[in-house]
Amino acid sequence: MNELIFLIAFPTIIAFILLLLSNNRIRYAIVALAALVISAASIYLLATSYARGTVYYTVPFEPASQMMFAIEMGIALLLLWLGIRFKQYIAVLLVLAQSALIVYYEFAMSHGMDPVKNLFFDQFSIIMAMIIGIIGSLIAVYAVSYMQTYHGHHPEVRDRRRFFFFVTFIFLAAMFGLVFSNNLLWVFFFWEITTLASFLLIGYAESEEATNNAFLALKMNLLGGIAFAGAILYLASADPAGGLLELDALIASGQAMAIVPAVLISFAGLTKAAQMPFSGWLVGAMVAPTPVSALLHSSTMVKAGVYIIVRFAPVLAGSLAGISIAMVGAVTFLVASGIAISQSNAKKVLAYSTIANLGLIVACAGVGTYKLVWAAILLIIFHAIAKSLLFLCVGTVEHRTGSRDIEDMDGLIVRMPRLAAMMFVGIAGMFLAPFGMLISKWAAIEGFIDAPFGLIFVTILAFGGALTVFFWSKWMGKIISVTPYGEKIEGTISRQKWVVLTTLTALTVLAALFFPLISSGLIEPYLLGTFGETARLAQDNIIIMVLMISLLLILPFSLPFYAKGGKKMPAYMCGRPVTTDLKFAGSAGIERTMTTRNYYFTEYFGEGRLLRVANPLCILLILLAGAILAGAIL
Amino acid sequence: MAIVYLILAPVLGGLIAGIDRKLTARMQGRVGPPILQPFYDVAKLFEKEDVTVTPSQNFYILSYLVFMAVTGALFFAGEDLLLLIFAFTLAHIFIVLGAYAAYSPYSYVGAERELITLMAYEPMIILTAIGLYLVTGSFYVETIATSQVPVILYLPGVFLGFLTVLTIKLRKSPFDISTSHHAHQELVKGLTTEFSGATLAKIEIAHWYETVVLLGIVYLFFGFNPLLGLAVIVVAYILEIFIDNTFSRMKWQMTMKSGWGSAAILGFLNLVVLYYFYLGV
Repeated sequence: MNELIFLIAFPTIIAFILLLLSNNRIRYAIVALAALVISAASIYLLATSYARGTVYYTVPFEPASQMMFAIEMGIALLLLWLGIRFKQYIAVLLVLAQSALIVYYEFAMSHGMDPVKNLFFDQFSIIMAMIIGIIGSLIAVYAVSYMQTYHGHHPEVRDRRRFFFFVTFIFLAAMFGLVFSNNLLWVFFFWEITTLASFLLIGYAESEEATNNAFLALKMNLLGGIAFAGAILYLASADPAGGLLELDALIASGQAMAIVPAVLISFAGLTKAAQMPFSGWLVGAMVAPTPVSALLHSSTMVKAGVYIIVRFAPVLAGSLAGISIAMVGAVTFLVASGIAISQSNAKKVLAYSTIANLGLIVACAGVGTYKLVWAAILLIIFHAIAKSLLFLCVGTVEHRTGSRDIEDMDGLIVRMPRLAAMMFVGIAGMFLAPFGMLISKWAAIEGFIDAPFGLIFVTILAFGGALTVFFWSKWMGKIISVTPYGEKIEGTISRQKWVVLTTLTALTVLAALFFPLISSGLIEPYLLGTFGETARLAQDNIIIMVLMISLLLILPFSLPFYAKGGKKMPAYMCGRPVTTDLKFAGSAGIERTMTTRNYYFTEYFGEGRLLRVANPLCILLILLAGAILAGAIL
Repeated sequence: MAIVYLILAPVLGGLIAGIDRKLTARMQGRVGPPILQPFYDVAKLFEKEDVTVTPSQNFYILSYLVFMAVTGALFFAGEDLLLLIFAFTLAHIFIVLGAYAAYSPYSYVGAERELITLMAYEPMIILTAIGLYLVTGSFYVETIATSQVPVILYLPGVFLGFLTVLTIKLRKSPFDISTSHHAHQELVKGLTTEFSGATLAKIEIAHWYETVVLLGIVYLFFGFNPLLGLAVIVVAYILEIFIDNTFSRMKWQMTMKSGWGSAAILGFLNLVVLYYFYLGV
């Protein structure tokens, strides 16, 4: 139990220390040290506990809950004040509604409730802890160096770095709390802290856009929070002894009892995981400094959303409400992949691909068979690694070149070869065989075939997958174009950043190589414990994939062989006289520069156009799930 | 089988290409080159001077050839169909990257168009694998090929859909939007503009490998009767040549519509019927 409490408490303590420090070098030392300790602690947890199955801990309930209630009320007051100050009255209303539910619960229903098993861990929480602990703290290390450059580039932004790192570490602590809590009230508490933390981080720049987008995120997540609170009220009235507030008891209580709270909480998960029609907040969150995006996308916020839905997969499995939630995910996957084609802003492409991948995870979890849950957990792992790498690469490029537009990444391989290679690995990790995301998509296809309504899901996957190939490949092509101009500008990237980027690149490759171990050591035991059955890929397929990865690692060694010898010629320009930097003689003696641009097909895949279809569709599906619930309650 | 494939597929693929050119010539009222001409061409390419825009493009093409051979080897070793579709995509991404790497306007446009075709045919290819799985109960090529079930009777729509994307995959007109064998066209040689000598020869050989695998997939629909399977392969390929010679190039929008349309209409509807009526799910 100590390691769990340590993982929650230690980042909190660090957060408060960082709040007091303004010296950047001391901050770096402390963040780096804390990152080491947190990673080590999560690895320690893995090493000592992965074989222990599910372990529950009794923690005294009463004092902790009172403290949490006090903090929740404090947060509500803070949000009310901010809402009134910025004239965000819808947010004010939502805060009031949610607080009313919590106060009502606290004063009218909480008496006599005393859930015993408040903390727990199982293999799934260990996986989440590794993602939070290792990737989350790597991003924090990167952020120290990034924020220094950021404030150099943005003199208009007030330097609130102390606050920034305070919130970051509170965020990590809350994530640990969320995945280790077995008491739904505690889960809810940490859930709300993550909502608050992302609200504060998105609004960091204090510009009008940042503030508005922060409130957008807040409003959407509060909607989910209200549903979550509703689930708690429902459970408290269904079982006044409070036994059902324990996650394990609730999930074990069977569909008849648990479907209503499961769907309500899954709805909260949909808002947090930025599924349509709630995808807007995550796209808007792009105004925040890049490490925040990396954090939100890979190891915290959205992962909390899918975590909770995957937790409830056994309850959702085989229910119509579960299918409609899964359908929300599938539609989101397809449409977000399409929209990603029309975006040239690298961060937006990453955002939409996150939304798409979360959609796939939701689709897997909503249908909820053991094979699909296996795929969902794999997706969570691989997505966390590759996406954090990509965000941090884009952040670095942006600082060096001043642009995050993919069109400006022409010949990145010439200007920043190491970084381009890392980005290449990251992108490959997102969609190419035999890397992780592809393995997971494959597992999802195999899982869906045998599931109810599987054919529809498989077809959506086939189309969505094709869209993904398009937008990732054209980005890849852009960065590896060997332009005849451009000078190396890689030298000034700080060592901290290189360490983080190199680690994440290595993790992307290693995770693909060793995923069978992750699967057999953690995912399969979890499935066995939860479903009584387990899934895996066939042995010979795994061998083939390991061979393919080895081949991919060996092939680059042929590069030096090509570098020597051979005659270099300028590109074919249809007989036009061309200078070495690809300027050619146009008509009327005007000299023109050759430029290339990717296709974006805005007229087919534009954001507005596709969202206009997808949002109503997803709202309809959510309403359908709601109607099924209403039927279940009445 | 895999080793036999690695050695014989280029020979077979080259012969098919030779017959293709001969038949094409006859359809156009020409005599045409000898059937062995593709081999002469490739042999000659290997003797040419090594000329590149950037050396790294050659690396991508080597990877393209290697992974195309791996894909075929997986097929003839009877491995998982989904896995080999993914390896197939990987191989294609490499040729596209090779074209991007050269940073030349024609190859760049070719690369983008190749990605469009990739996007156009991929859903249908995956649905083909799904269909074969639903009928035979396995993703393994070995099981599917030796299955005694008359697969084609269950999957006529999927088969037609596959033939449609086969036209795209073989880069036959009207879908040769990314590169084509014919002389000067609006994008010159597109994808392959910047490749010459031994590298271009590797692309040719990879294409031979690819042709054999694609025709192999056609066979999977007729595994219950090998002779019929071989006959259908011959007919299907002649049909592709015929289509190649009767259509002019169409815009990329048409490629997308054909690929996705056949997947959505022929493929999906066929599977729905199969799924809900035959299998009684």
